[in-house]
Amino acid sequence: MVTVGLYHYLFVSTILFSLGIFGIVTRKNAVMVLMGIELILNAANINFVAFARYGNFGFQGQLMALFVIVLAAAEAAIALAIVLNIYKVFSSVNVDEIDRLKE
Amino acid sequence: MTIYDLVFYLFALVTISSAYLVVTVRNIVYSAFSLLFTLFGIAGLYALLGADFVAIVQLIVYVGGILILMIFGVMLTNKITNVEIKTGAWQIFPATIGVGILGGFLLVVLLNTNWLNLNVKDSPATTFQLGQLLMNEWVLPFELLGFVLLIALLGAASIARK
Repeated sequence: MVTVGLYHYLFVSTILFSLGIFGIVTRKNAVMVLMGIELILNAANINFVAFARYGNFGFQGQLMALFVIVLAAAEAAIALAIVLNIYKVFSSVNVDEIDRLKE
Repeated sequence: MTIYDLVFYLFALVTISSAYLVVTVRNIVYSAFSLLFTLFGIAGLYALLGADFVAIVQLIVYVGGILILMIFGVMLTNKITNVEIKTGAWQIFPATIGVGILGGFLLVVLLNTNWLNLNVKDSPATTFQLGQLLMNEWVLPFELLGFVLLIALLGAASIARK
């Protein structure tokens, strides 16, 4: 247990990124895949804020984190709209059963 | 071992353990609630890094917005006849190996890289500084982001109503 520094935050974000990839690859439900994507975006955000704190980039890292949060909100809204439409057509949101582009 | 370190380890533990639950628990609603704790832990990490405004935005937008949207997605795409809302999982074994290799590789690179590590002093007023940056240097990306959000929400509403 050494004093907490930049490497600790990068370590946490690496673990989060790996878990997000694991969720995307293994889950069948499309909403769960979205949750994996959110984990990955949050891992990237931790990196942005950590480098803003420990580098000499001023506040631009935190600004990028804010931009990522806004884009994640837009992405989640659109993705859930698409998932709702898929559910109307296929009566299921399991990504392994969705194999047609047209109805 | 200061209070700062203790709080960091606490938040890191909450974040990673609940993120692990998010991707492994079979009940989707439990997963969504684990995501809640993950996002809280990450907001705590932001606060520890001196980014108070980002931490609050994380709480408002992620916990108050995106997570609710996710739970609505779960509710609208499952036939809720019983409490159990399960999700299937596949290819667990190859995914574990692949993600293990990827994560190990990333950790090796992380530990062997000489990052710029200055430990600058905390600034007490991040909100003021961020506002200055948004209204001067980054005003064009800021406005573009507003348009992107507007178009994305209109598109989402029209797609979902079809």
